Amino acid sequence: MIKVSQLTKKFGSHISLDNVSCEFNKNESIALMGANGAGKTTLIRSILGYYHPDQGEVLINGLNPIKERTKVLQEISFVPQLPPPIKLSLDELIQYVSISAKVDRELILHYANEMKLDIKANLNKSFFKLSGGMKQKMLIAISLAKKSDIIIYDEPTANLDPKARDDFYRLLKQNEEEKVLLFVTHRLEEVKDLVNRQIYMDLGKIVSDETV
Amino acid sequence: MKNLYLIAYLDLKESIRAKWFVVYSLVFGGLIALFFIAGVTESQVMGFSGLSRLLLMYIQITIVILPIFILITTVRSISGDRDNHILEYMLSFPISLKQYYWGKIIGRFITVYLPVLFAMVIAVIYGAFKGADIPWSIFFLYTGLLFALSSAFLGIAFFISSFVKSSEVALGIAFFIWIFLLAFIDIALISLMMQQRFNEELIIFISLANPMELFRVAAISLFDPELTVMGPVAFYILDSISQSMFVLLSIGYPLVLGLIFAFLGYKIFEKKDLV
Repeated sequence: MIKVSQLTKKFGSHISLDNVSCEFNKNESIALMGANGAGKTTLIRSILGYYHPDQGEVLINGLNPIKERTKVLQEISFVPQLPPPIKLSLDELIQYVSISAKVDRELILHYANEMKLDIKANLNKSFFKLSGGMKQKMLIAISLAKKSDIIIYDEPTANLDPKARDDFYRLLKQNEEEKVLLFVTHRLEEVKDLVNRQIYMDLGKIVSDETV
Repeated sequence: MKNLYLIAYLDLKESIRAKWFVVYSLVFGGLIALFFIAGVTESQVMGFSGLSRLLLMYIQITIVILPIFILITTVRSISGDRDNHILEYMLSFPISLKQYYWGKIIGRFITVYLPVLFAMVIAVIYGAFKGADIPWSIFFLYTGLLFALSSAFLGIAFFISSFVKSSEVALGIAFFIWIFLLAFIDIALISLMMQQRFNEELIIFISLANPMELFRVAAISLFDPELTVMGPVAFYILDSISQSMFVLLSIGYPLVLGLIFAFLGYKIFEKKDLV
């Protein structure tokens, strides 16, 4: 599904990804770990087609995420580490997602309720005015409702309380079949039951790749 | 197309809720209200009276404040979203970069143009209500000129926004461009003219390549078709092109300039790393 071949990405003189090659296939749940600056976020952003590589390439189902971004992104759900300060109301954000990615609005509301987010009462509120936990729940609800083949979470539980984390993992368990789940995390113990592959990165390289 | 309209619509809604938009609308609406209260329509200066006089004053002030308003509020549209990671999330959905960029431009254009236009419409309606003669030719000329000027500065703002790394730098560049076009070019050209280093035609050509200067000249051309208040400059302008051609140029040139800058900005946006 995802094929990364000899990918190098530099920012000035700093090498963020150094000749990285790896593949992620269906039914794999991967924990992507490593110290700050190891290159995890750069790898994810390259998969999303945000970066132009200095060398090598990324292919998602055989497609280049930069040249074929709309086709590729139709198959990817992404939740960033920190919810961005989007000024749209929740209703407008749902409208954006449901029109651009053809996601069923009712399904977003369904998953929001499953995440115990009182969405009906907050529909006209600006996204950035919600609490950190509420924002994260909303983004998770959207990611699940999108029904993508590839789900990428960058520290998704950072703002969630223990109860919300349980809800999140329960919903993820129900939705993991036939997908690639990619977690960027510093806390392996939290996703240990979910993942079947662990990748460690350091200084822009993959230093360990184990199937568990 | 659906996504293009979606981006434009959401950007418009977001802008309308923003505080800067309230200030922006109040400034232009307030200007017109102030002119009425101050009795500008009843005064007579250089033979211009009534609504014509009001619109002339409005346009003279607009030439100074509209560009800086557009630059400051728009220059952060892409760079600001990049700065605070909004772009990273919003572009994780299947929207093409073309739709995102041009949708933002359309939304922002409506936001900056409509309050300026509405202020003039209100003036015309109020003037008609008070029984004043409506100077339709001036009204339509100004509508076109403001449209063209808004396009030019919106294009420049999006161009800057596409390549700067931080919002602060974007604001700095925007301010510099505004002050450069507003005053420095004039000062430099006047001094060159006085020293007679270049021939006058070249200096006037450089001057009129500045969209703000062109706007200024075109704005008075309806009141003064011979451009006599401009002195010898009028000779060069009207000797080269007819007055109606000059009006067309003053609308067409900033419009094309804005489109060129917007297109260059898009090319940079497309070729650079997105976040």
